[in-house]
Amino acid sequence: MTDDYEHYEAVVVGAGPGGAAAAATLADRGVETLVLERGVEAGSKNVSGGLIYAEESAPYTIDGLFSGFRQGATERPVSEYYIHNVAGDRVKTFDLGDVHHHDTEWCDAVLRRRMDSWLAERVHERTRETGGGLLSGVRVDGLLRDEGEIVGVTCEELDPITADVVIAADGVNSELARDAGLMDWAEPDEWFQGVKAVVDMDPDLVDDRFDVPPDDGVAHLFSGDLFDGVRGGGFLYTNEASLSIGTVFHLDSLADERAEPHELLDSLLTHPLLDQWFQGEYHEREYAAKLVPDSKKAAHPSPHQGRLLLVGDAAGQMQAQGPIIKGMNHAVSAGGLAAEAFAEAQSRGNPASAGALYERKLEDEGVMATLRPTRYRLTRAVSEHDLVTRAAEGVLDSAVGRAGVRAFDGLLERGFNSPFLLGMIPDTRTSYVTIPRVVAEELGEPVEATNDVEPPALDDRIGDLTYDVGEPHIELQDNSWAASGTAVTACPVSAREFGGGCYREETIRTNGGTERVVSLDTQPCVECGTCAIVADTEWDHPAGGKGVEFEEG
Amino acid sequence: MTIDTLVLTKGVPDFREGQVSFDEDGHLERGKTPTVMNPNDKHALRAALQTKVRNGGSVSLMSMGPPSYAEILEEGMADVYADELYLLSDREMGAADTWATAMTIATGIQHLEAPPDLIFAGFKTADGETGHTGPQAEWCLGIHDDLPDYPLITHVVAIDIDEAEGVVRTKRLVEGDVAEIETVEADLPAFVVADPEFEPTYRRADHRLRHKDFREQTRARAAEFGEYLAEDSEEDPTDWEDFNMWDHDYLNLDPDFIGLDGSPTIVAGVDPIPKAPSEREATVVGPDDEDGMAEIYEEMAAYAGGD
Ligand SMILES: Cc1cc2nc3c(=O)[nH]c(=O)nc-3n(C[C@H](O)[C@H](O)[C@H](O)COP(=O)(O)OP(=O)(O)OC[C@H]3O[C@@H](n4cnc5c(N)ncnc54)[C@H](O)[C@@H]3O)c2cc1C
Ligand code: SF4
Repeated sequence: MTDDYEHYEAVVVGAGPGGAAAAATLADRGVETLVLERGVEAGSKNVSGGLIYAEESAPYTIDGLFSGFRQGATERPVSEYYIHNVAGDRVKTFDLGDVHHHDTEWCDAVLRRRMDSWLAERVHERTRETGGGLLSGVRVDGLLRDEGEIVGVTCEELDPITADVVIAADGVNSELARDAGLMDWAEPDEWFQGVKAVVDMDPDLVDDRFDVPPDDGVAHLFSGDLFDGVRGGGFLYTNEASLSIGTVFHLDSLADERAEPHELLDSLLTHPLLDQWFQGEYHEREYAAKLVPDSKKAAHPSPHQGRLLLVGDAAGQMQAQGPIIKGMNHAVSAGGLAAEAFAEAQSRGNPASAGALYERKLEDEGVMATLRPTRYRLTRAVSEHDLVTRAAEGVLDSAVGRAGVRAFDGLLERGFNSPFLLGMIPDTRTSYVTIPRVVAEELGEPVEATNDVEPPALDDRIGDLTYDVGEPHIELQDNSWAASGTAVTACPVSAREFGGGCYREETIRTNGGTERVVSLDTQPCVECGTCAIVADTEWDHPAGGKGVEFEEG
Repeated sequence: MTIDTLVLTKGVPDFREGQVSFDEDGHLERGKTPTVMNPNDKHALRAALQTKVRNGGSVSLMSMGPPSYAEILEEGMADVYADELYLLSDREMGAADTWATAMTIATGIQHLEAPPDLIFAGFKTADGETGHTGPQAEWCLGIHDDLPDYPLITHVVAIDIDEAEGVVRTKRLVEGDVAEIETVEADLPAFVVADPEFEPTYRRADHRLRHKDFREQTRARAAEFGEYLAEDSEEDPTDWEDFNMWDHDYLNLDPDFIGLDGSPTIVAGVDPIPKAPSEREATVVGPDDEDGMAEIYEEMAAYAGGD
């Protein structure tokens, strides 16, 4: 029955860094490759912080695959890297240059619309020569199966397509990984939620206020008590003519604390420490959000099934190394390895072995060890235990703990700079909130400035985004408060007492009394994926070219 | 087999806000209003492009009008797609009505290297609003014995060509009390008038990829052709190898049967459409004003009762 369908040797789903790397590698090896991307243009759906790293130890780097990448697609290189430990208005800053430069060939700030569309143009040229090419505005909505075996993809906009290999580089909330049963979207503690604002700033002012030469840049990280105890932190990166400022929080913590993501972002934006850079001026170009998988828990050890290979966020290959977030570089490595595995398997006349070969390459190249460090698994059982956390909190906050912090000032900075230690950091309040807070209280200096910028309200943020609204793409399965109420706060474009967002709280009269329920309107949705995890929904992406369109990302 | 198509188009005043200019009496100021491609013709071009993408072959674009219409053809080529451009142009063809235009165009078609497999026209021009030229041109093709028969299908919203059977299958929109979609099949060659509701369909990836290729080529070619059109250009559009300008001599047309002399339509006069009064009288009645409400009731009761 599948004989009549259009066929390509390889179909790559998604044109982010993972898909681009896979497609370029396939094309270079002469494999006929079709790339399908749901956005109107590659990048229009994507959000990252975003610092893209080229690691010395990595099997593939983005500029290795795409010459001219740094000239054409990135903002500024990031030469300096600081973390600010915050307690109220007291701040203690550590220089994290060592860990930032560790294993780093280079690192640039990027905006995804620009980066991904630049990549897509080259991917199209290269894959077109193989008889394939890149199409945007096409959403793959499932796997095509023949007698239970995966043989291709189905799309909303196209007739089914068969392929010898399907590389799913469709990002976080991968519908293909879900369809194959390789990823479930059940556990909030396997995810982070990232929220980001892109803020206008003249290139000269960036140089001036951040004290960097033109064409150079800096990264500032923030942790401590400015986020109401929610586990996570903030970042600020310099672009050519703008700043990327955002927050990344553990989704379980965000959900448990019933925190409002936009308010946490505003806490960062309005902290006195940022006044030195804003100096009273603030113009937000774009507000965006997206989930981020935590590879320590979510990276699939065997990310393939039949002809389907998962790469990048789709496979959970997103590494949070303490405050350093590395997803794009690993997506590139995985994309290259998956492509290489298929090309080799095909040339040996056994394309079906591509998945196993890919898995082996992830191990052999050390990618898997980086994504799921054994030492984290070993320490987690103890350090994330409630009792241990409470004990650690107690000690840290006690006179003894504080004296220790004071005594080990220099050592602490070195500890922060150790990639080895960062790999074991437990996901507890202690690491994200208490240590930075105590550090700031004991070692920090108060910031003397006042920061009076007023970030836009949520309805203005939504109003400034571009949408091509199609059919509703998320369905509430259970609208009870118990099942889906968390989405009212956790959804980055919804809030309690806010009528304009996606999720709203409602009280309905029942014959016995009243009942608290939630209602959903997907129009302002930024497709972050949060409610797929924290609410009871039937969650799909919108049709090709529909939904939100990010200009910056 | 491949399918060669021809699209008929016309320049019209740009009626969009901010472009169009009327004098005090409400007459169109032609000199001050830019000319653009008749918007409906874009649908015909899209149908032709769909045919090229899905079935192969070439797309030609033909218009009758002054030499400045080269820009209209360029717009069509750049905005959708066209391989070859044909402009039927000289003084003798001026001031033609739909009939004389149809005569000229049919003869233009006869002079093409080979009769097209499909001829597309748009529905109605934005200035004449008659919707006659397409069907009349189809009728006039019948005058030329050396051309095949072209069955006419109008109001087409979707098109699919079965090359093996040598037929074109279309969906046409029939608007009556309720809009209906009717399926009509015709032998090739055929003459198709595209409805404004026409939607091209590309359900295969290779079709979309080819579409993308053509769009890229189009941009490059349009830029090249644009050089001939640039105001300070030394070059003439006719120097461009894909642009053909034919006059009545070339087409062997008798001036008595074309242009103003060949037009049976006599415009007796033009009535400007009266402008809607800009101010209306309104009385505001508050919800608590009982007398006011009673008055309104009195006024309305007459209509409500049907007498
Ligand atoms: C706030 C935030 C900050 C971050 N900071 C950093 C950072 O500083 N450094 C870093 O390296 N990483 C960072 N990340 C993570 C990084 O963005 C991801 O790890 C990375 O983008 C993963 O790449 P990918 O190619 O796997 O997926 P993506 O980049 O998400 O690309 C997936 C592509 O697939 C498309 N797609 C999805 N579904 C379909 C479908 N059904 N059909 C067709 N196309 C589809 C999407 O439109 C998209 O283009 C951050 C993320 C966030 C949210
Ligand atoms: S509705 Fe769901 S996917 Fe959309 S923005 Fe809100 S939480 Fe994210």
